[in-house]
Amino acid sequence: MTPRRPLQIVITVLVVLVMIMMVLPNIIIIPASFGGEDYIIFPPRSLSTKWYEAFISLPNWRHATVNSFLVASCSAISATVIGTLAGLGLVRLAPRMRSLVMSVFLLPTIVPTIITAVALYGLLAGTGLREGIFGVVVGHTIIALPFVVINVVAALQRMDMRLEHSARSLGASPWRAFYHVTLPIIWPGVAAGALFAFLTSFSEIVLSLFLTTGSSTTLPVQMWSGIRFEINPIVAAASSLFVVLSCIMLLLIGMLRRKGETTA
Amino acid sequence: MATDVSPLRQDRAHMPARPERAALPDAAATAAGRVRHVPIGVPDMAVLIRRHAPTLLLMPALLLLVGLFVVPVLRLVGLSFEGSSGAFDHYMRIVDRPVYLQVLQRTFLTSAATAVLCALIGYPVAYRLATGSNRTRLLLLALILIPFWTNLLVLCYGWLIVLNPQGALNALLLKLGLVSTPIPMSGNIVGVLVGMVQTMLPYAILPVAANMARIDERVLMAARSLGAPPLQVFLRAYLPMTLPGVIAGALLVFIMSIGFFVIPAILGGTRDIFIAQLIEMNINRIMNWGFAAALSTIVLVATLVLYAVGVRWFRLGTVWGQS
Repeated sequence: MTPRRPLQIVITVLVVLVMIMMVLPNIIIIPASFGGEDYIIFPPRSLSTKWYEAFISLPNWRHATVNSFLVASCSAISATVIGTLAGLGLVRLAPRMRSLVMSVFLLPTIVPTIITAVALYGLLAGTGLREGIFGVVVGHTIIALPFVVINVVAALQRMDMRLEHSARSLGASPWRAFYHVTLPIIWPGVAAGALFAFLTSFSEIVLSLFLTTGSSTTLPVQMWSGIRFEINPIVAAASSLFVVLSCIMLLLIGMLRRKGETTA
Repeated sequence: MATDVSPLRQDRAHMPARPERAALPDAAATAAGRVRHVPIGVPDMAVLIRRHAPTLLLMPALLLLVGLFVVPVLRLVGLSFEGSSGAFDHYMRIVDRPVYLQVLQRTFLTSAATAVLCALIGYPVAYRLATGSNRTRLLLLALILIPFWTNLLVLCYGWLIVLNPQGALNALLLKLGLVSTPIPMSGNIVGVLVGMVQTMLPYAILPVAANMARIDERVLMAARSLGAPPLQVFLRAYLPMTLPGVIAGALLVFIMSIGFFVIPAILGGTRDIFIAQLIEMNINRIMNWGFAAALSTIVLVATLVLYAVGVRWFRLGTVWGQS
């Protein structure tokens, strides 16, 4: 490799620059959120926690945060239950049928969210179902479902299906076989899917813009108006919350991955 | 998603009499005294449920997706053909007014530019990701996947702090004396491109890296030993072998960029809007559902047709599994 040294250096410099670009918006948020000015500036001239205090004390921000956790929990639970069942069904299908059904499941990730949002909004607009969090939860469940299915199918494919077959042939009911044999083996995959679903729902903005009403506003919607209409530094404090939450989720999913590889 | 399904197939081959399909109750179940005796000719519910287990398991998900995703989307498409004077009313309006054609053109051109930029920037990164040491690879992968893990609004807000005229980058450039007046880098196409390239880069890097990791080093060694200079080796051996991955990744980036809403809305100018913003405006402000539906149908058809082309000729389906 010695004759190509200069080229390798050029590549390294390029890669480092691109990686700086990848992390820059994330790492700049945290120091910016501790700025003491009434507008966002980087680097901040004075330090304060006033934007965090505002974030915690203002009822609309607090309300939106609570809503977000509620919506994300409901969506994650429904997506995990429905998606796990679907994953169990998928691996029992013949390979051709399986890839066909799988591509149906992946549709919500290919169709732009704005289309899904408008379509669902159109369906629910006239009905009372748009009130409260029902509409958002349905929308988020649809978007989150593929992540659960992908994770569960991956876990099932790593697992030796003969274990479940033996349980069944020894007389275990399908439920017993699932609960005592399959679930203990695939649970890291199911849990990873649930975390993916939670994070997807917690961060989702486009669907939420269309499907929430005043009382069901989620944190991203609150941030959206904070950015679009008032350039409010509270957004920076809220963003820090997202950065921290993503890091925690990432660590958990990483741990589950390792666990999944050892149990399966 | 793991694409390797062979262990499952082997299982099936090993198990000619799979318990869930067995017509007769197996010995163990009989011994346990849990076999129900059903009169001949009457379908046994337990057997029926067992036979249709996959369908039953898939039912909730399929009902949800068909009822609350596929049907509403089709209804939207149907709505786009309900004009006051003809089925193609709304579409004619798009074609007739230059302002709408401009929005379409801007959206598709910017998406294409994002795809090309991602392919170019992503190529060396993919190379390092595929050939670097284990530690480099892990670090790169973690950094590349950051946009997947970050709320889009957080990314956009971060870029606003970096790119706006009083922002961090301009402050740096002014201090270094590289510019005398701040360059506006947000509220215009520059901001949109930066945001879109960052969020889409993983889709351009991962398939290429996977492709590069599979390359047989001996081909390159053969080329070198036959006397080809490095540039020749790259142009005539390495590039042709990695190009399919590059095209697949760029196509995916292009497809996904067409429907972007948040990034152009926050980092772009108020006048240079994209299709998705036009759709949102027509629903929330003008309440012209038919016209919004027509615009949505255009985005939908473009996305699905390009995706189908990608799956058919560029193995796009396998790209998806990377994320």
